[in-house]
Amino acid sequence: MPVDQAPVPEVKQPARSQPRSWDDHRIEVILGNLLRSGVMLSAAIVLWGACIYLSRHAHEPADYRIFRGEPSDFRTIPGVIQSVINGRGRGWIQLGLLLLIATPIARVAFSIVGFALERDRMYVTFTLIVLAILLFSLFGSGV
Amino acid sequence: MTILEFTAVVAVVSFVAGLLGSLTGLGGGVVLVPLLTIFFHVDIRYAIGASLVSVIATSSGAAAAYVREGFSNIRIGMFLEIATTFGALLGAFLATRIPTSALAVIFGAVLLYSAYLSRKPRPPAQRILPPDPLATRLKLNGSFPDLGGERSYNVQNVPSGFSLMFGAGALSGLLGIGSGAVKVLAMDQAMRVPFKVSTTTSNFMIGVTAAASAGVYLSRGYVDPGLSMPVMLGVLGGSLLGSRILVKAETKSLRLVFSLVILFLGLQMLYNGLWGKI
Repeated sequence: MPVDQAPVPEVKQPARSQPRSWDDHRIEVILGNLLRSGVMLSAAIVLWGACIYLSRHAHEPADYRIFRGEPSDFRTIPGVIQSVINGRGRGWIQLGLLLLIATPIARVAFSIVGFALERDRMYVTFTLIVLAILLFSLFGSGV
Repeated sequence: MTILEFTAVVAVVSFVAGLLGSLTGLGGGVVLVPLLTIFFHVDIRYAIGASLVSVIATSSGAAAAYVREGFSNIRIGMFLEIATTFGALLGAFLATRIPTSALAVIFGAVLLYSAYLSRKPRPPAQRILPPDPLATRLKLNGSFPDLGGERSYNVQNVPSGFSLMFGAGALSGLLGIGSGAVKVLAMDQAMRVPFKVSTTTSNFMIGVTAAASAGVYLSRGYVDPGLSMPVMLGVLGGSLLGSRILVKAETKSLRLVFSLVILFLGLQMLYNGLWGKI
């Protein structure tokens, strides 16, 4: 996908906001492509996990009526990595889902760089706050 | 049902939900949780976990396409994400505390509200408003490509938009939905951001908001790999297809059908929640 074909408007405008909005836009295009690659990679990993999982458990009964919560293999990062090493299909699926959760977090982290390049301290601060909340959710809540 | 049959049926249903959600702009996640709980008898906590994951997939997957059009405003998005992520974290912790029947009732109410909102006519495009001092200080004003060239806009009512966004985040974390409807409401109606800018910026924010509660859900064991797999792949496939055919499709009658589906599911969720069946 050509990144540099973004519509650069050449119409008369209030000169005030022009250079800023273009810089923002270029950063956004790069981040948008980053997000899509992350999603496609995670979908591929989930699909791979699905093949392993279904080849082993296809004919067992499906039952999600009663909530038991996942075993620690599937709800902590070390547990997921361990079950991937053991070649378990559901471990691969969880790894793909972890990557999926990480893509928007990566976007926020890269936005900090973008705002820093624009020397926008206020938005570097705002973005750091958002990143802190996201990291707290992922690591502070015991994953 | 065997795991193979269950996976196949859930994948097809998720695909259709993702397709309709993207064609109508109402989002697919909002119908998935009721469908899974009412028709597949999935515990609402597993359904919420799977739906939340699919919400991240659709938001991030569509981001590249939206960005190229140049409508979204990264500063509005980032500033409001402070409110939505904080709300989402709170919502996710609340979700682990309150009974599932209460979750079902709140979910039903949100569905009914979304159905109502989707039928409400949108006010015509607003005139250019005077700049608001707070919005100017926060550098929220911007411009977007319109028919007659670049059109600039001035953002209004920042505090009320910020509070609404906190609510949108809390709902997202509580119910595992994108709550795009509330996000658009906050930007479009309260902050007077042009509709196209609101919808595309909201799409961007949805993924970040959902990521804030996903960690909590994962660590509490709400994200089941066997269920999340067909839901995530189905919704992602459906929404990607939807964004390709969006230009040609006649969405008006589709929107009506989909909002009737949402209305029906909302009543079902209310009934099941109030009578303690969920």
